[in-house]
Amino acid sequence: MIDFTAMILTIGPELWLVAIALAGVLIGATFKDRFNSVSIKFGAIALFAAAAISLMNYEGGEAFGGLVRTNTFVNFAKFVSYVLAGFALIASEGFLKRHGTIRYEYSLLILLASFGMGIILSAADLMTLYMGVETLSLSSYVLAAFHRDSTKAAEAGLKYFVLGALASGMLLYGASLVYGFSGSTEYALIAAAEPSIGMMFGMVLMIVGLAFKVSAAPMHIWTPDVYEGAPTPVVAFFASAPKMASMVVFANVMFTVFGDVIDQWQIILCIIAGLSMIIGSLGALTQTNIKRLLGYSSIANMGYALVAVAAGKELGAGPLLVFMTLYVIASLGLFMGVLAMRRKGGMVEGINELGGLMRKRPVLTIALSILIFSMAGLPPFGGFFGKWEVLTAGVDAGLMPVVIILVLASVVSLGYYLRLIKIMWFDEPTEKFETIDGSVTMTVLLAALVAGILFLFFINALSGWAGSAALGLAG
Amino acid sequence: MGGFPILSAMTFLPLAGALIIMLVRAATAGSREATSSDKEGRTALMAGLIISGATFIASLAAFAGFDASQSGYQLVEQYSWYRNISYKMGVDGLSISLILLTTFLIPICLLASWNSIHNRVTEYVVAFLVLETFIIGVFTAMDLVLFYIFFEAGLIPMFLVIGIWGGKDKIYAAFKFFLYTLIGSLLMLVAVVYMYQAAGSTDFEVLEKYAFDPGVQTWLWLAFVASFAVKLPMWPVHTWLPDAHVQAPTAGSVVLAGVLLKMGGYGFLRFSLPMFPDASQLFQPVMFALAVIAIVYTSLVAWRQTDMKKLIAYSSVAHMGFVTLGVFAFNEAGVQGAIFQMLSHGLISGALFLIVGVVYDRMHTREIAAYGGLVHRMPVYATFFMLFTMANVGLPGTSGFIGEILTMVGGFQASTWAAAGAALGVIFSAVYMLTLYRRTVFGQMTNPDLNSIRDMNLIEWVCIAPLAFLTILFGVAPNLIFNITEGSALRILNLMAGG
Repeated sequence: MIDFTAMILTIGPELWLVAIALAGVLIGATFKDRFNSVSIKFGAIALFAAAAISLMNYEGGEAFGGLVRTNTFVNFAKFVSYVLAGFALIASEGFLKRHGTIRYEYSLLILLASFGMGIILSAADLMTLYMGVETLSLSSYVLAAFHRDSTKAAEAGLKYFVLGALASGMLLYGASLVYGFSGSTEYALIAAAEPSIGMMFGMVLMIVGLAFKVSAAPMHIWTPDVYEGAPTPVVAFFASAPKMASMVVFANVMFTVFGDVIDQWQIILCIIAGLSMIIGSLGALTQTNIKRLLGYSSIANMGYALVAVAAGKELGAGPLLVFMTLYVIASLGLFMGVLAMRRKGGMVEGINELGGLMRKRPVLTIALSILIFSMAGLPPFGGFFGKWEVLTAGVDAGLMPVVIILVLASVVSLGYYLRLIKIMWFDEPTEKFETIDGSVTMTVLLAALVAGILFLFFINALSGWAGSAALGLAG
Repeated sequence: MGGFPILSAMTFLPLAGALIIMLVRAATAGSREATSSDKEGRTALMAGLIISGATFIASLAAFAGFDASQSGYQLVEQYSWYRNISYKMGVDGLSISLILLTTFLIPICLLASWNSIHNRVTEYVVAFLVLETFIIGVFTAMDLVLFYIFFEAGLIPMFLVIGIWGGKDKIYAAFKFFLYTLIGSLLMLVAVVYMYQAAGSTDFEVLEKYAFDPGVQTWLWLAFVASFAVKLPMWPVHTWLPDAHVQAPTAGSVVLAGVLLKMGGYGFLRFSLPMFPDASQLFQPVMFALAVIAIVYTSLVAWRQTDMKKLIAYSSVAHMGFVTLGVFAFNEAGVQGAIFQMLSHGLISGALFLIVGVVYDRMHTREIAAYGGLVHRMPVYATFFMLFTMANVGLPGTSGFIGEILTMVGGFQASTWAAAGAALGVIFSAVYMLTLYRRTVFGQMTNPDLNSIRDMNLIEWVCIAPLAFLTILFGVAPNLIFNITEGSALRILNLMAGG
């Protein structure tokens, strides 16, 4: 007897997404190229609907005999991820059209990747987790190489695939060790099992695999290359929705499966977080390609988020959601900003090409500056509160060394964020920027408004939502 | 409680004005002719003057509602905001006097830019107005997180002011200014987070009563001082200041020296003394030593400068040394003197930067060697310059004297040696200031370019004369200020003594 109510309550958004994606395949097969342009809106609406469904079933549930289980913590992440994926998809249209690569497969791949995100978030069993990770990853590899004619994109896709496969292997090997020593693949049963040395080995391998997915050092090497090579809208997607999902899954696994042995993994996460912050912020200093720069900056930001994870379930879950939400919105906005700027002969990618943007596009520049300062965690913008939450969690958990690294890394990070500001505001303009898509600019402005300004006033609400969402973990 | 939220209105009035200016500009962008950009700039400057003037009036209104006979925080506004952090504003004698200094200087800054800024004027005005909001916010905030937000946010407009309208090495100076200040404030942020965890609130009044463990106090104190020492600035973390001052436009230097540096002294008085009394006692010798080094060493450095602005910048560091000395004397004379010195230095150094700006606008050089014999062509200028030179030296009858003598009296009660060292600095200040004055104003006019230099025009008059008036007024009648600040000075010392 299949309990459909429980299924819908638990993974309703995912069932919806996979149904829509499959329907999309059929429509695509029928209408061929006529579906290409429509598919973008089709996919985006499906994603927004999925976000709405995840809100409707916010409390979550359990289905498939414990293979999937959701709670408010993961549903919060689902909602944010789907909304961002939707925005990333809408804003891709102009770019794909100009490059002549607008094909309905693009939307379907984004939908399938989002489906993967939903599955890893819903997972309550290592098997489900691995299936979800693979769904997300395989869609991502294809998306990274979506510009088939570009050697850089092909390189990015291949690199992502080879390294990603290695990381998946690590994750799978770790999971099998954990299974071998605990006797179960189910989160709850593993958590209840007697910790053994073999299980700890498995846990460390799983951490390696998950750290790769969130691009934390020292498993970060792929990030700058993939960010540089992959088409910009795809990078905007990578840097927002899957980041949110992967980080929350990372936290979910650590909190739910290994919550009782926090003393075993706290130090590991602290080291990963510290390394990410140091490597990310120092690495970004010398970059001249804006996508690479943002890639390194995302490594550093994942380090900040991991501080919240290392602080443990009680202290870190709420702050993690607040930080990640603000970060991914700002991140999406910044990549949209990159997408918004074109000159004759292609996209703006070198940071020096941004010179004098303030003279040419004051509104866009102010929005981008707000996003940059917000991402740098500078008050009075929203990002400051993300950092404040993480700092609170870190100090509360007594992780002073890593908190100090966080603070110093923030100073270093200002070195490159300010360079962007300097180029946009101080330098003289070189050549003309071409007109840009309305939807892209709107996304930038919206992201700046939400992440930068709005949450300054509603930070209490966000923190409250995140805090109560985090309570879902306790049950 | 209750009534019109005058402090919030005063704080956010400039920001609202800045937004209106931006909106008007965006709305008229389409119809704008390329040739009328200068006219647009004048309009924006005029709007900025009106808005900052209104802010000054608002601050006077707040001052009128302020009762100097009470020592606690007044005109308090409080709304809950985020967790245990509240939007809480209030003023005491210390902050209201610094607010008045700020609102008084900003219109002067904008007016002084009338003839010197021709490039992207609208953005300039907007940056200054935003900066004004953040500065006033620093002094009105009564919640540590709110304070921190204003404190750090002020970096952004100042960074833009230096970076866009600065001199030749503006980028370097802007980055140095920003990163130096930021590393200090982020350490403070960690301390703020810790205090929030420990005391469960970031309300000033709660934190002042909360007794932190002496061992913890040491760390918190160090973190806070890391921030304020950079801001003040204290030797040896003062090196950003000469660069920032030299590269900033005249008005930027005025607001930097006049107000931004005061945040450091304000921080010492507001946080270090009342919240970490044990640690302050513990570090008193260190602070005295650093203050004396700052006074003597930077005075000597100032003497050797060939750039007028750099000389005044170093002299600022020396004069801020007196503030440190007074604050850490932990007695009424010292604290009152430190507050007075901050206000007086705000007027005098602001005026000196304006004075340099006057000749810089005409000659486009700040090299001392390029000048000489200005008295022949610019008698009025020479008179004002003389007045502020003397005030900077600390001549009796000017406000500079009161601040220095009181901080030294306070310092003397605490440590004879420190006061003796500081007294040495007074002599040096005479040396470098009089040297500067002699080499620029007296002597022969060797530089032929100076033959056509004109004396101060009306705008420069309007900028500098009020500062001169106040410098003398406060020098003759210092009680005007002491009456306002006495309550809060005594309250800080009381809190420190555990009262």
